[in-house]
Amino acid sequence: MLTVRLYMLQRITALLMAPLVLGHLAVMIYAVQGGLSAAEILGRTQGSVAWFLFYGAFVVAVSVHAAIGLRVVVHELLGLKGVLLDLFTWATAAGLFLLGTRAVMAVTLS
Amino acid sequence: MSSDPDELEVSVWRGDNTSGQFEDFRVPAQENQTILDVVSWIQQHRDPTLSYRYACRVGMCGSCAMMVNGVPRWTCRTHVKVALKDNRVSIGPLRNLPVIKDLATDMDPFFDKWVTAEGMHHPSKTRDDAIEQIDPEDGARLEANKGIECINCSVCYAACDTVAGNDDYLGPAALQRAWTLYNDAKDAGKQTILEAVSGTGGCHNCHSQGSCSHYCPNDLNPMAAIAGLKRATALSFFKGRK
Repeated sequence: MLTVRLYMLQRITALLMAPLVLGHLAVMIYAVQGGLSAAEILGRTQGSVAWFLFYGAFVVAVSVHAAIGLRVVVHELLGLKGVLLDLFTWATAAGLFLLGTRAVMAVTLS
Repeated sequence: MSSDPDELEVSVWRGDNTSGQFEDFRVPAQENQTILDVVSWIQQHRDPTLSYRYACRVGMCGSCAMMVNGVPRWTCRTHVKVALKDNRVSIGPLRNLPVIKDLATDMDPFFDKWVTAEGMHHPSKTRDDAIEQIDPEDGARLEANKGIECINCSVCYAACDTVAGNDDYLGPAALQRAWTLYNDAKDAGKQTILEAVSGTGGCHNCHSQGSCSHYCPNDLNPMAAIAGLKRATALSFFKGRK
């Protein structure tokens, strides 16, 4: 159920996510080590275009990557195919994108 | 059943594509005995209605593959002693293929997928052209050589969990054939092959679990061939082709 386009999309988003995950972990460890409070963290992220782009890219990559991965799992384990499988893929991508975007906006919009 | 060292306890699948069950037989043990010998003995001495398929009996034709103790094997070259567990062995039809009767499977889906994967020669010359000279040390030729000993036995197809979960998946043998032809200097269908293996059942569905390479009786490596197709299609994708 993977065409070359879906395969490449999944690999490219994986490449994109690798440094983003490392960056996210590094920031988490830094914030905890430094003893930053939630208010102090939000003070740094809200209004920051850089953090919006960082986590915005993360959300887009996750939405595409996970939707394609779950598409394969659902097809092979549950036998879903055709239009229903496409609908599932798009719904998963849209759901993850909406949830992620909501979180990113809450953290980065001032 | 009692355990007699002079006899093997053999369970053989009896049935068709809709239903069936294992039937137990006792078969005289021999010093040198293959799984195919066991099946033939049952058919000749116990039940002439037992259906199975074989031809060459020397590992050339790829006809006699079956599930032996749950794993796919070429039965004519599988010694009973290798497969026997507690003096017992179960023999069933190949996995991932429709059963015609007993141990004989319908190989049509397997061979249809070879065609779908463009696993056929695409001529580059006419009969009037001179025969193309091929350097046996050329890199592409060496890559093609790795897959040419495939005997179409379908062991890799039966071993593949992706085939089990995805009806459309072309499978290791067809994709390995496509990779072999892709590397063949005398094949003019390279882009046709890449397009054929880039669809919904194409090489990108492979999870690289490696059962195909593990169980291949000729020690071929279809997983590596599929990885080669993934690289070739990815390069083609970046060049703006399919």
